[in-house]
Amino acid sequence: MINEKVIIAESLTKNFGDFVAVDQISFEVAKGEIFGFLGANGAGKTTAMRMLCGLSTPSSGKANVAGFDLFKETEKIKKSIGYMSQKFSLYEDLTIRENIQFYGGIYGLSKKNIQEKSAYLVEHLHLQNYQNNLVKSLPLGWKQKLAFSVAIVHDPAIVFLDEPTGGVDPVTRREFWELIYDASARGITVFVTTHYMDEAEYCNRVSIMVDGRIEALDTPKELKKIYESVSMGEVFLKLARKAVRGE
Amino acid sequence: MKQFFAFVKKEFFHIWRDKRTLFILLGMPITQIIIFGFALTNEVKNTKMAILDFSKDASSSQLIQKMSVSKYFDATTVLANYLEVEPLFKKGKIKMVMVIPQQFANDLQHGNQAHIQLICDGSDPNVANTLSTYATVIIKDFQNEIIKEQKLPYRIETDIRMLYNPELKGAYSFVPGVMALILMLTSAMMTSIAIVKEKEMGTMEIILVSPLKSFGVVIAKAVPYMLLSMVNVATILLLSVYVLEVPIRGSLLLLLSEGLLFTITSLALGLLISSVTDSQQVAMLISLMGLFLPTTVLSGYMFPIENMPLPLQIMSNLVPAKWFYFIVKTIMIKGLGIQHVWKETLILVGMTVVLFGISIKKFKTRLS
Repeated sequence: MINEKVIIAESLTKNFGDFVAVDQISFEVAKGEIFGFLGANGAGKTTAMRMLCGLSTPSSGKANVAGFDLFKETEKIKKSIGYMSQKFSLYEDLTIRENIQFYGGIYGLSKKNIQEKSAYLVEHLHLQNYQNNLVKSLPLGWKQKLAFSVAIVHDPAIVFLDEPTGGVDPVTRREFWELIYDASARGITVFVTTHYMDEAEYCNRVSIMVDGRIEALDTPKELKKIYESVSMGEVFLKLARKAVRGE
Repeated sequence: MKQFFAFVKKEFFHIWRDKRTLFILLGMPITQIIIFGFALTNEVKNTKMAILDFSKDASSSQLIQKMSVSKYFDATTVLANYLEVEPLFKKGKIKMVMVIPQQFANDLQHGNQAHIQLICDGSDPNVANTLSTYATVIIKDFQNEIIKEQKLPYRIETDIRMLYNPELKGAYSFVPGVMALILMLTSAMMTSIAIVKEKEMGTMEIILVSPLKSFGVVIAKAVPYMLLSMVNVATILLLSVYVLEVPIRGSLLLLLSEGLLFTITSLALGLLISSVTDSQQVAMLISLMGLFLPTTVLSGYMFPIENMPLPLQIMSNLVPAKWFYFIVKTIMIKGLGIQHVWKETLILVGMTVVLFGISIKKFKTRLS
């Protein structure tokens, strides 16, 4: 598992004019790993993630995502990743089934494959009785679980989650993480940014960004040892206090 | 291609689910045609007219008779004196009073000269003007009948023929105008709102991360509105032919193709609007102020461009609707072919290409 790297970033940098949003970050993520990406607001984690997804072109550096070069093979990368943004990413005026069909469709899945996938997803999420309901009628927690399942409907190598559990109660968050573990067990690499420190504990490895740089990167256990803390929350505070940049 | 169709299908779901908007989109041409066709008309028909006849002789009653049988005036109110005139105007009951002085027949036969006074409601100058012209024509007609037998040494008769629209029907000019307006609104406004909505909802990012090409997204967004616009073109044409009796004298195929071209021009404008804003309200406002207003004011169907100050005349050339209005008028009303509108068609094609070019470029640069 350690051998196969699905994300390799080397000195990846993004400037907006004079402002260095992401400052030469380098890291590697292994296949099937759950990689947590932490940082205060404005630390540059969303920008870093957007670069890896091909939404934003890096100013300099090198990166390889899912075995493809970030600069030259963006189109191939797009086929092998899934993405769930912090804004809600399903269509509210479409039914559950129509949403699944749409996302399956734009990733070019066959009709039969989409049929099977939707049947499986609906059953897996216990949504059988609601599959023809409009998404806007569902509670937020259900929507987010559905959004995640839809983001991996095409079995991508990596799924990028940008603060996926904002505004959800702890019980639903726990259920959401069970979905993440499922995906990871199936070999899908999970790259997740979060504000919740309990979620940071669930990750295999965690990187903490401060002022555009990666200040620390290790397993939660090691990080707590290095920074002599009892929780990831404490680790985070110790590091984030050093930040010069405000929000 | 499969991806593309999945996207178009989704767009149709959006439109279908939003029944209210769909209803407005499809109902708009019908209401517009009906409003313009039956309410907002400057044609004169059965105008209420009052008669103040001091003469009460054979000639005067002949003249009144002539006024009444014409379809323009309804001369049923008879007054006894001048004092009654103003209260009637104030109540808005009548639009015109014809005053026939004493000794009308006598003056006419022996004095070779008689006077008729027409009193109009000047608070509505256009209508007053039209009415007095119509009445004058009828009076002149009356005069000609009387002097038919006598021979005058010199006489010039003007024989006016209104080509293409002999009855001077207002519908002939507003049908092409309404078509331009409706197409502009459905295509440009709705596309821009549909794209901006996706940005507002945050679903645009998901689409951009997907393997869909940005060009494909833009086209897929536009296709449903293009179809809706063509339905609207058909509605407008059917209504104008069967309800307003405006003929389609030229080639229907050419007319429809020009309609499609103008729809694409409007779609390109809509895309451009969506690329400069992120909120639905702003998109709507720009569409209304930036498209609706110039389309009504500067396309020439409400106000003649020739009478505008030079800067406005020059500006009107930038309004796609002006060219489309000319094209539709030429094909529909005058019945001419492509050889008479190819220049205007080329201008529209040019505008479309430039607008598409700018908006796709803008769409792409926003990503990085």
